Amino acid sequence: MAKLRIPILAAALVARAFAQVDFSGEWSPLYHEDAPERLPGPELGDYTELPINAAARMRADSWDADRISVVEQYQCRPHGSDYSMRGLGNLRVWREIDQTTQKLIAFHTHMLAWDSERVIYMDGRPHPPDYAAHTWQGFSTGAWDGNMLTITTTHLKENYIRRNGVPRSEQAIVTEHWTRHGDYLTVTTVIEDPVFLTEPLVRSDNWFVDPGQHIGIFGCEYAAELPRPEGTVPHHLPGTNPFLKEFAGWYGLPYEATRGGAETLYPEYRSKLGEYKPPEKCERYCTCTTLFNCNLR
Amino acid sequence: MKPAQFVSALLLLGGAVCAQQPAGDVHVLRVQGGIYMVVGGGGNIAVQAGKDGILLVDTGLTELAPKVLAAVRTISDGPVRYILNTHVHADHTGGNEYFVKQGGALNGVPGEPRVIAHLAVQERMAGPPVGNDAPMPRSLWPNDTYSTPFKDFFFNNEPVFVYHAPAAHTDGDSIVLFRRSDVVSTGDIFTPGRYPFIDLQRGGSVQGLIAGLNKILELAVPARYQEGGTYIIPGHGRLCDEADVVEFRDMVTIIRDRVQDSIKKGMTLEQVKSARPSFDYDTQYSGSADAFVESIYKSLKR
Ligand SMILES: [Zn+2]
Repeated sequence: MAKLRIPILAAALVARAFAQVDFSGEWSPLYHEDAPERLPGPELGDYTELPINAAARMRADSWDADRISVVEQYQCRPHGSDYSMRGLGNLRVWREIDQTTQKLIAFHTHMLAWDSERVIYMDGRPHPPDYAAHTWQGFSTGAWDGNMLTITTTHLKENYIRRNGVPRSEQAIVTEHWTRHGDYLTVTTVIEDPVFLTEPLVRSDNWFVDPGQHIGIFGCEYAAELPRPEGTVPHHLPGTNPFLKEFAGWYGLPYEATRGGAETLYPEYRSKLGEYKPPEKCERYCTCTTLFNCNLR
Repeated sequence: MKPAQFVSALLLLGGAVCAQQPAGDVHVLRVQGGIYMVVGGGGNIAVQAGKDGILLVDTGLTELAPKVLAAVRTISDGPVRYILNTHVHADHTGGNEYFVKQGGALNGVPGEPRVIAHLAVQERMAGPPVGNDAPMPRSLWPNDTYSTPFKDFFFNNEPVFVYHAPAAHTDGDSIVLFRRSDVVSTGDIFTPGRYPFIDLQRGGSVQGLIAGLNKILELAVPARYQEGGTYIIPGHGRLCDEADVVEFRDMVTIIRDRVQDSIKKGMTLEQVKSARPSFDYDTQYSGSADAFVESIYKSLKR
């Protein structure tokens, strides 16, 4: 009898938690065609594929990269949790399990960029009230949708949807769908921002399991090294940014098509542009698959 | 939309109120150290509570004072010893009289709680009237004014610094630093999510507002990767840290630079307004963009 009972008991104890997947482990990012944007960084004035409104466009046109060095508080400012999926995306995930109940309390993530750590609560707790502080990572809760984990993030600090000054506001709500296919992880991110987007921005990123990955220390220390009058905020006055047309020129694109907006996301927009003539020779970011092999002009 | 008690407070006190918050629920948020933030009573109220009693930075609207007191009583049963007013407006000073009555002796010396504000706050309360506003009743006045660049004292086991920010939101603005708790209370110099109201009639100016914001940045020290560390309680809106003040300071500075450039080109106020120099912030910040731009233009033209 005893011999029979033990396997049955064991089977009950390790019963598969219905519709739950473990994302724990070391994940190495796959950059695919996004490598130029995600590694060396986007071109100035490239707003393609972004459903931005006119306010966001003007904000990006005014943006001056000097702000990152001149404004001390920008020097160690991390990516928001939505953009960090697009940045240097080496990712570690681990589970927090309650010892008493063996229930999943949260997933934790660590990203290479700025050593950012995030908690995705799985225990049904509510989001904080609107008067609570916002953070770079925001406040995330997750729920299972079959084998897919759907995460809702609020309370984000203002950040960017592209690293060339295209803004994402602190009012945005970010929804993520995490799906695991064996050794591959796909995260689809949906950003809804009533301040800067006219429709949701949907992007996806992939990772593969990399048990040998060791994420090093990112580290950052701010310092005022450029003598500027106190309170200087670098920006381009409206109509004076000289760099906005570079991108269209380098890639042989019509300038209007680089300005973003929901219309430019859809195939129908192509017919408006006439025939596309690519530059005769690729001169920029032609071979970019890692941070170190990009063909910089 | 103006809730009924908001309107009546405005009429009774005659002081301008720079922001409308639906009156109703009053909430308490623990900040850090001995500091709490009370929201929903008018302007935000910072509460410092400890063995010596209670210190309040601002007192909210007159009619909401009992609700604010009920919220404060969830933090401490102690007597109110200090009230600091960040500026004159009725949504920050309206509860002064009510809370003075809840007070107790300070350091064993009998008498009313201290009500500290910059001298200009008392001068504005006493009149002469601004526009249609009547002077504010004597019962709301501070009883301990300062007219130096800053004032400090020790209460509840920590140094409290009160800095005057000249000609900012008004001419009597104070920024309060709780040095051990590492919390700054800013009054209406900083209002995340809404355009600043520069009260030109009460001595405000955009230059002073920006200087005040830069002063807050000077006092704040972020923890790792530009987050947390010093917490900032704004005049209205959510709890913040240095990074949020930077966004706001940058917004005011950039729009100021644009208006300044237009003035240099000889543009009139109407021309500047129709050029919409705040266009890329208008979907993010509530309040009148026109009024904000006009207050910048007039500040710079003075
Ligand atoms: Zn005010």
